[in-house]
Amino acid sequence: MKARSLPIRSSVLRCRVPVRICAEYLFQLPRWESLSSDILPSVPTPQAAPPPLTPLRSRRRVASLLSTISLPRKFALGHGHGIAVVFGVHIDGHLVVEGLLIVVIVFQLSRKSYKPPKKPLSEKEIDELCDEWEPEPLCPPIKEGARINTPMLESAAGPHTTIGGKEVVNFASANYLGLIGNEKIIDSCVGSLEKYGVGSCGPRGFYGTIDVHLDCEAKIAKFLGTPDSILYSYGISTIFSVIPAFCKKGDIIVADEGVHWAVQNGLHLSRSTVVYFKHNDMASLAHTLEKLTRGNKRAEKIRRYIVVESIYQNSGQIAPLDEIVRLKEKYRFRVILEESHSFGVLGRSGRGLAEHYGVPIDKIDIITAGMGNALATDGGFCTGSVRVVDHQRLSSSGYVFSASLPPYLATAAVSAVNYLEENPSVLANLRSNIALLHKELSDTPGLEISSHVLSPIIFLKLKKSTASTNTDLDLLETIAERILKEDSVFIVASKRSTLDKCKLPVGIRLFVSAGHTESDISKVSSSLKRVSASVLSDYI
Amino acid sequence: MVRLPYVTALTTLFSYGLLFAFGQLRDFFRRILDVGKSNNLKGYAPICLGLEDFYTRRLYLRIQDCFGRPIASAPDAWFDVVERYSNDSNKTLHCTTKTSKCLNLGSYNYLGFAAADEYCTPHVIQSLKKYSASTCSVRVDGGNTKLHMELEELVARFVGKPAAIIFGMGYVTNSAIIPTLVGKGGLIISDSLNHNSIVNGARGSGASVQVFQHNNPAQLEDVLREQIAAGQHRTHRPWKKIIVIVEGIYSMEGELCKLPEIIAVCKKYKAYTYLDEAHSIGAVGKTGRGVCELLGVDPANIDIMMGTFTKSFGSCGGYIAASKEIIRHLKLTCPAHIYATSMSPPAVQQVISAIKVVLGEDGSNRGAKKLSQIRENSNFFRSELQKMGFEVLGDNDSPVMPIMLYNPAKIPAFSRECLRQHVAVVTVAFPATPLLLARARICISASHSREDLIKGLEVISKVGDLVGIKYFPVEHEKTTSLEKLKKLQ
Repeated sequence: MKARSLPIRSSVLRCRVPVRICAEYLFQLPRWESLSSDILPSVPTPQAAPPPLTPLRSRRRVASLLSTISLPRKFALGHGHGIAVVFGVHIDGHLVVEGLLIVVIVFQLSRKSYKPPKKPLSEKEIDELCDEWEPEPLCPPIKEGARINTPMLESAAGPHTTIGGKEVVNFASANYLGLIGNEKIIDSCVGSLEKYGVGSCGPRGFYGTIDVHLDCEAKIAKFLGTPDSILYSYGISTIFSVIPAFCKKGDIIVADEGVHWAVQNGLHLSRSTVVYFKHNDMASLAHTLEKLTRGNKRAEKIRRYIVVESIYQNSGQIAPLDEIVRLKEKYRFRVILEESHSFGVLGRSGRGLAEHYGVPIDKIDIITAGMGNALATDGGFCTGSVRVVDHQRLSSSGYVFSASLPPYLATAAVSAVNYLEENPSVLANLRSNIALLHKELSDTPGLEISSHVLSPIIFLKLKKSTASTNTDLDLLETIAERILKEDSVFIVASKRSTLDKCKLPVGIRLFVSAGHTESDISKVSSSLKRVSASVLSDYI
Repeated sequence: MVRLPYVTALTTLFSYGLLFAFGQLRDFFRRILDVGKSNNLKGYAPICLGLEDFYTRRLYLRIQDCFGRPIASAPDAWFDVVERYSNDSNKTLHCTTKTSKCLNLGSYNYLGFAAADEYCTPHVIQSLKKYSASTCSVRVDGGNTKLHMELEELVARFVGKPAAIIFGMGYVTNSAIIPTLVGKGGLIISDSLNHNSIVNGARGSGASVQVFQHNNPAQLEDVLREQIAAGQHRTHRPWKKIIVIVEGIYSMEGELCKLPEIIAVCKKYKAYTYLDEAHSIGAVGKTGRGVCELLGVDPANIDIMMGTFTKSFGSCGGYIAASKEIIRHLKLTCPAHIYATSMSPPAVQQVISAIKVVLGEDGSNRGAKKLSQIRENSNFFRSELQKMGFEVLGDNDSPVMPIMLYNPAKIPAFSRECLRQHVAVVTVAFPATPLLLARARICISASHSREDLIKGLEVISKVGDLVGIKYFPVEHEKTTSLEKLKKLQ
């Protein structure tokens, strides 16, 4: 209160006379008790504010002011009892005091609260701060022994390729259908290159839509049995543009914790509320959905999505779509399914996860896939209802703000789907290769298969992890390097970016192709067994 | 800068107001008509809530035929635009088998590498046969071919940086690189008109983002001083690092970045610089090395140089050129390097061949010719447009020239009328530009001949009169120079 009273008094002294009199009156009540507040308004206000006065001087001045006032007849002072009579009403001293108190309270309330004055930094101080500031380097120092140089291919990345002048068996390319080097597809690409050139030189909205893009979209939709589809110019940009196009702030997304980086990035960019469930665990998904929706009336009004991958690139697991569809219909969630590794692989005719589980395709709201795997081209697509596809044509940033897919890659996609339709036997080859390799690798020393039996990615993780992802990865990369060097078999460990939040264990990934022969498969399995037994001798 | 006349602003606002009111009215009647019908959502929330898709439904669909026009040939100087029709007042469009040959003033084909090229195409086809269309793998696994390594070295040499890394898509280059360079505790200061990929990258990084006024170094300095003095939000710790992100040529403005001034400010305050040369690399500068060369900035003064291969080089993908340490860091951590399918080998070959042509390493002087051609073409076209009284944005030497339209009704009018007269132009409206500043955008190519440009100018002038977008007085004596030129031809 002490801090407050000071500015009040000084302002009282500076401000209008009646208020000042009130304040004086309060402090010196016994001497002025006979004065009625009603007469105060008639005190003439001085034109200019008087100089600051001491309480004593101001009291004198008020007295002199009062002496100049000739009271009207209606106001009469009581007969020495300290009572004023105004319009016949007797006003007691305490009424005056209370009235004045109210005035003071109102006055106090109307004032702004006291704030210490802000002192902005002076230019000199800012200069000093700017001089003192030292930024961190743009990139952190690189650790010793980091593996930066990856093997360089000197020919196409087919089942057999050339590295360092030597022919090697390639298990590092997701060329599931063995379409790399396919004459028919290459011929169609040559035709396209001659007609359209390489790049499209514009986004889809601004003359970057070429008729082959429309053909490719129609072909994919027809192949999958969906109403429409939309092409993206790069595999990973597909999913991280699709998720933010549909999910906005305030929406709920339930996602598997094992999703790969592009999905994680999409979830982050959407700014939605993201809840993760245990990797490929349907009980955990059901529990999460139940928890989110039970008794939550508001949940019905906002958009709800489940995001899963059909074959998890980080583990080789296959999502149980039948169960997911049952749960999604129960809790009214939409499903976004990432099919990069299952499109063209799973299902009787390669139509993906829905065909594999016999689920009608229209039960899945949004399907996305990169075309850089089974179709052996590049880019990606998203497919679903007309509403879902049309919405993206104006709202999906990777579609709107990027140059469109080079036309020859769209042609390659059309040719690849045609090839798959005409040669369903290629899927049988792929499946028998997967089954064979799965069987052969089941007793690899120190490693265990964690992928699904039908997955074209065979994922081997360490039986005994060293509890550090980096050490694990180092061991696995050592195995891969030795296998390439000693046995001319090209396999890779699943590398992780520091930005990747996936917590699943790292492992060796073998990408099986329909183009691999039985001898390729026995070569990789015997080599892997031999080298892992020697490298992991301490971890078995 | 745009000088929006008062009357135009009012009429534009009025037009949008009218469109909005009618849209609302139609929504209202739609709701009344739909009252009896059961909704088919079955308990799902609608894909678009409330007014989220109002703009698309009630404004965009009316003029959707001006966007996304399919073409049936390479996007060269002249191309075949597929004709479309609609039976439901523009809600859906159907392609016909008919095409019309139009002058292409819309594609980013700055150096004319979009169509088959005598030097590039044979090399590309050879690479396609050797490497196939894809590697089906990521760069760190089986996606690293000899071509990729060759292009990285070539790009580093071309832009004048010690090392480079390439990606299969320009958009991903920005949006995946920025998070690996700066994270929580860092600050990104971004030009207000930066491309969406930069915005998304900045958002994905978790760093704080501040925006400075478009191309205004003085304001950038103010922001830098204020931010360095204030430190991080809430904790007020000093920023870990500050990255200033600018573009070489702004694609919607046609403006060149004030690079020397911005670099000077960044140097003074120890901020790192990130230059996005998506539209400028190959298109400007005496030897096509982008804005650095044009504005006389040593590339060593820029920390990160980003660019794309989509535009000048007629391919796809993007690059980052920087110091060896930064490139090594990116190769170890960048998700687009570790998780994305590597760039298609024939597309890589296209860039290698195109850069060789630009450098004159193909054994001809076609590259130098192309570069002088695009400069002449751009400056000729720009000056003629200005003489005609159009409000043209951007700087000399820039091949991108927006013509201001403002009123929403003028967007489809200009676009359709030009197309009818066989000139294909791009019109841009909200959300790519501010609501009031709709424009048409011309992109000039080295493959345009003088006759092509004159034909384009004639049509644009005629349509400009018709639509009423010559906001400035016509310079009479100079317009005749166009006719003189024609006579000479």
